[in-house]
Amino acid sequence: MSTAFEHPTYNYKVVRQFAIMTVVWGIVGMALGVIIASQLVWPELNLGLPWTSFGRLRPLHTNAVIFAFGGSALFATSYYVVQRTCQVRLFSDKLAAFTFWGWQAVILSAVVTLPLGLTSTKEYAELEWPIDILLAVVWISYAIVFLGTIKLRKTSHIYVANWFFAAFIITVAVLHIVNSASIPVTSTFSVSIYSGAIDAMTQWWYGHNAVGFFLTAGFLGMMYYFVPKQAERPVYSYRLSIVHFWALIMVYMWAGPHHLHYTSLPNWTQSLGMVLSIILLAPSWGGMINGMMTLSGAWHKLRTDPTLRFLVVALSFYGMSTFEGPMMAVKTVNALSHYTDWTIGHVHAGALGWVAMITIGSMYHLIPRLFGRTEMHSVNLIAVHFWLATIGTVLYIAAMWVNGILQGLMWRAVNPDGTLMYTFVESVEASGPGYIVRLIGGLCWVAGMLIMAFNVYMTVRRGEGARQPIPQTA
Amino acid sequence: MNNFWGDSLSSFWSAWIIVITLGTIGISAWLLFANRKTDKTPDAEGNVDTTGHAADGIEEYDNPLPRWWFQLYVGTVIFSLGYLVLYPGLGNFSGLLGWSQESQWEEEVARAEERFAPIFAQYQEVPIPELSQDGEAMQVAERIFLNNCAICHGSNAKGGYGFPNLTDDAWLYGGAPENIVQTLNNGRNGLMPSWQQLGSENIENVTQHVLSLSGNAEDAERAEQGASVFASVCAACHMPDGTGNQALGAPNLTDDAWLYRAPGQSLADSVRQTLRNGRNGHMPAQAAYIGEDKVHLVAAYVYGLSRQD
Repeated sequence: MSTAFEHPTYNYKVVRQFAIMTVVWGIVGMALGVIIASQLVWPELNLGLPWTSFGRLRPLHTNAVIFAFGGSALFATSYYVVQRTCQVRLFSDKLAAFTFWGWQAVILSAVVTLPLGLTSTKEYAELEWPIDILLAVVWISYAIVFLGTIKLRKTSHIYVANWFFAAFIITVAVLHIVNSASIPVTSTFSVSIYSGAIDAMTQWWYGHNAVGFFLTAGFLGMMYYFVPKQAERPVYSYRLSIVHFWALIMVYMWAGPHHLHYTSLPNWTQSLGMVLSIILLAPSWGGMINGMMTLSGAWHKLRTDPTLRFLVVALSFYGMSTFEGPMMAVKTVNALSHYTDWTIGHVHAGALGWVAMITIGSMYHLIPRLFGRTEMHSVNLIAVHFWLATIGTVLYIAAMWVNGILQGLMWRAVNPDGTLMYTFVESVEASGPGYIVRLIGGLCWVAGMLIMAFNVYMTVRRGEGARQPIPQTA
Repeated sequence: MNNFWGDSLSSFWSAWIIVITLGTIGISAWLLFANRKTDKTPDAEGNVDTTGHAADGIEEYDNPLPRWWFQLYVGTVIFSLGYLVLYPGLGNFSGLLGWSQESQWEEEVARAEERFAPIFAQYQEVPIPELSQDGEAMQVAERIFLNNCAICHGSNAKGGYGFPNLTDDAWLYGGAPENIVQTLNNGRNGLMPSWQQLGSENIENVTQHVLSLSGNAEDAERAEQGASVFASVCAACHMPDGTGNQALGAPNLTDDAWLYRAPGQSLADSVRQTLRNGRNGHMPAQAAYIGEDKVHLVAAYVYGLSRQD
């Protein structure tokens, strides 16, 4: 191997591996999303086979986008950021390599077991117990590598991005281990150690904090490095970082019960979930403000820099969905929105608009630097990707808002005699057009990811070319 | 104040919840106020000095918290504390409003009863055959049917695999008004035992015999051979002539109406499957769900379905 790729101090190899897999899993996960979106329009696409039915592919889609795509992105960026901001090489190259191969093994196990119907049935925690154990081992290794690197740092301060990455890593370990605790029955079947309302509460304590720590805190860590880097501006406010970091991690823990409004969960638990979700609004927006205000004095860069555009639009969607979330946690709003497509729209405002956009912006900054170049192969293609992603997200969210409110209103409409005005199947029929628009939004996203893959391929190839010794001319 | 305290939690856990809830809200508010002010002065661009340290070249200003953001934060805290005074949340304290999801549901149901019960009650005294001719009443009944019955029996009431067709003249438990009301109020459990023990030769013969009762036999010889087994085993419920027994819910085998014929399945296969494995039909009791007044209306609707031209 040429030394052009080997940074004198930092371990870039594992970062490169995770960065490439981010793009690969992004395409796979989003393509799966397009397939299941199509199944909702044309049920024949279930193919009449158990392995390709919606019920089995849907968890595969969520696992692929959250843990494979999002997870790889978080590993790549956290390993890159912690080395650069602590000015020290990763704590252990071997353990870092183990986290890469271990994480890919977890994902491949999911790809095999979920279509086979092997599932713990817990949403976003479907993997069965042997894979859960592997996941826990990989995650603890990740914590050792990351926190060990911080311990070795050559700087006096720990940069804010690392606070968020550290909180995300530690909390996800706790969430995963507690929620997945189960009694194995066979090698592919286990029973949760919780039951009834306690099981539901534990699951949504996990589920909402998977959003709060995996999909929010982790990606805020990404934001705190790549936004000021790409904008070449100082972070707006250190004290805002402090206040919103501590408030965010303290309050997020409480929000889970808002997934269980009007259920057998006790009244007091539901209320606490609701009010702490409302208090969560300001801490969430703290991150958006800090990112947005960092751009003051650099707004003109948005005209020429589509990478920065990705990062800024991500912050806008972050702000929008963290307003929508507390609103939907209010019981009266939830009574309308719960069990409708509105929830799916809300999740994707966060997942596409925030998580995927901030990831893609960060990757466009990161990938050329990892492969010995200053810029991506084509800046124009980044701009094309940006518009595909933005339009795709807007189509997706708008379609699900319309569908969700339509469904909520149809389900509660009554005739003058008190009977329901619509049957359930009529609300499904009415949702058809929205499902088509959502599918178009998803296709925009996959198209964008394929363009990204091409751009990354060309960047990496040229980067490798740059490694070769320049021929001496006479 | 005693009315405001429930006892679903032990006093320790109730206190625990109150302390950590108010503690969390209190600490987050303290965090906000403690970091509110900065004594540094802004530079020409309006930014307050950087903190002095840089991470990989990234500096950080030490700007004060945006005022509107601070106010938003305080506002949500005040709202939340107010909510916890009025509604259940702090352990066993049930809130000054005495609200609970159970009481909300009971009140809504009571209001609906008061408003809508008379609409259904007015039809109670009308005999079912007469009611089935009342267009307005049948519109109401159809809505009840579509939201409660159509899931199994289909929007067009023609049934499906394992679910009876309500538009034909084949009645498992009788089509008289009182039979239909009985079926709706209390539900039905249909049981056809498995006859695996007869052996496959006999099952083949009985299959053909059963088919012959409705003129569908494929093998007259086997149908003939099955007659004696039918007489000794099946006739007890289905009657010697195969016309069934509505008191038991034993289907009439001569009317060419088939409850368990799966899509794409041959008639012989479905009868063979019934004989080998038995069948278990379940109609859930509706009185507890929709009440007897609505049952009366739906019974009239179902009564009318099979008597349409």
